Amino acid sequence: MKKILIAVSAIALFVTSCKKDDTPEYNPNVKADLSVEFDNIAGSSDLQLNTGTYTNTAGESFKVTKLKYFVSNFKLTNVDGTVYTVPQAQSYFLVDESNSASHEALLSVPEGEYKTITFTLGVDSLRNTMDVSQRTGVLDVTGAAADMYWSWNSGYIFFKMDGTSPSSTAGGNVFQYHAGGFGGYSTPTVNNLKTITLDLTTRGTPKVKSGKDTNIHLMVDVLKVLGGTATMSFATTAMIHSPTGGVPLANNYASMISHDHTEN
Amino acid sequence: MKRTYLIVSLFFLTGFLACKKEVMETFAGFQRPTNFPEPAYHFATNKITKEGFELGRKLFYEVQLSANNTISCGSCHIQTAAFTHHGHALSHGIFDRMGTRNAPPIMNLAWNTSFMWDGGIVDLDLQSIAPITNHVEMDETMPNVLNKLRNSTVYPALFKKAWGSEEITSTGFLKALSQFMVMCVSSNSKYDSVMGNENGKVFTAEEQEGRVLVQQKCGACHTEPLFTDNRFRNNGLVPSSTNDEGRYLITQLDNDRYKFRVPSLRNLAYTAPYMHDGRLLTLDAVLDHYTSQVQATPNLDPLLQQGGIMGVQLTASERTKIKAFLNTLNDKSFLLDRRFAEQ
Repeated sequence: MKKILIAVSAIALFVTSCKKDDTPEYNPNVKADLSVEFDNIAGSSDLQLNTGTYTNTAGESFKVTKLKYFVSNFKLTNVDGTVYTVPQAQSYFLVDESNSASHEALLSVPEGEYKTITFTLGVDSLRNTMDVSQRTGVLDVTGAAADMYWSWNSGYIFFKMDGTSPSSTAGGNVFQYHAGGFGGYSTPTVNNLKTITLDLTTRGTPKVKSGKDTNIHLMVDVLKVLGGTATMSFATTAMIHSPTGGVPLANNYASMISHDHTEN
Repeated sequence: MKRTYLIVSLFFLTGFLACKKEVMETFAGFQRPTNFPEPAYHFATNKITKEGFELGRKLFYEVQLSANNTISCGSCHIQTAAFTHHGHALSHGIFDRMGTRNAPPIMNLAWNTSFMWDGGIVDLDLQSIAPITNHVEMDETMPNVLNKLRNSTVYPALFKKAWGSEEITSTGFLKALSQFMVMCVSSNSKYDSVMGNENGKVFTAEEQEGRVLVQQKCGACHTEPLFTDNRFRNNGLVPSSTNDEGRYLITQLDNDRYKFRVPSLRNLAYTAPYMHDGRLLTLDAVLDHYTSQVQATPNLDPLLQQGGIMGVQLTASERTKIKAFLNTLNDKSFLLDRRFAEQ
């Protein structure tokens, strides 16, 4: 009996794997759901707002009270090399660690298998200079984006991480790391927009087909924001509130995201 | 006899005023003064209507825009001071917290290419958010403001009149405020009458000579007819203890350090004190600055250090003439225009 079960399982497995290996029939004219999950972590720990204690590269312990960032302008490259650009109107997301519904960017893309995903960390200059009537949803500077917008220096804050650290000399031992800067309106200034391209082939290519949800699971590591190309120290810098101040942060957040796995 | 004249005059005057009032009641929308250039504001995305303007005016004088419902835009932008905070070098906002800069006039903003002393705001529609959310000004959040308006008994109806829906939206809120602000056009000074050839008005000889002097010595920055070139310049003020670096705070470019937006020379009689931090109390102090107190701070404007001479050279009689001309730029009617007053 057990043997039969094993045999059947083996056959079933074989059949499924066969099926999986076969290129499914994709219809590029049909759009299907693809979710991109931004899973915020701190090194090897899941990020826990307010309660989790972590240590940065500089050896300082810290807690995170707020983590928010914009991701936008999604593009996917099919294994056949064609590139699909998600329409502008559906391509802006504000990830907020305190709101789990915001952790997934829900996209609608042509059926197919994709080898890379590209997106921008931040809000591009076009949207940064757009008429207020166009700034809806997560881009509403009086609503969802009210605390992700510099009113005194017209522009979105791309990345915001607030918290506390015993090493911070600011009042209440807080730190506030806010980065933005889209390159300037009339005068060219600092540009902290980062284009992030991730290879999806080693950790599982998404196979997008209508009738199912495919999920690209990304890890967003706040330790990398604090210790990538530049080592951030709360003792040295507790407050970052300007485009220039945000440059080292931006250089770090350019590589804070990695592809973990894909759920097909 | 004299009394009869007086009564007859009064009679005519009353008739005239009544007529004038009727004319004012038909809403003319935004009108570009004939001697002004094309405005910079994007009217294409915010068509001025009577209802939109009136909503904007109500919002401008609305104290609910501040955290503790005590301060409106009109608290620091007072019409009788050409919408500045007359007599205040710096303004006290909520809980009497002090700001760091002098409240600029709400005047001819339709021609501004950027806003604030440092030009940090690029669209008038986004301007209002800054004072509302600034900790030392109104210290409120935009979602709170919109919620207060949603819960009010009057605003949903006013939004419906202006925008066709009772919904209180950010766009409706911000664009109504813009409508009020762009309508605040000051263009009825003597200078404007002379330029527009109204009723054969002419400058006196002194004013005319003053005008030529202003054109020669001030006009490169204070360009007619708006008397600003909308650019950022360092006019050689010694940085105060707050070390306000001006435009640098926005662009963070070294060559913008200590530069501020060139303000207009219109309505100077009502807008003292002067400069970005209101440090100069009188026009004479301003002229003293330009003639003898310009300091070689980083990025001092080249126009203020020509031929190795700091500042602008003026004789006593030239000063008098310049002041005579500057007086022709005062527009009393702007201060009295009922359309811009709290209703």
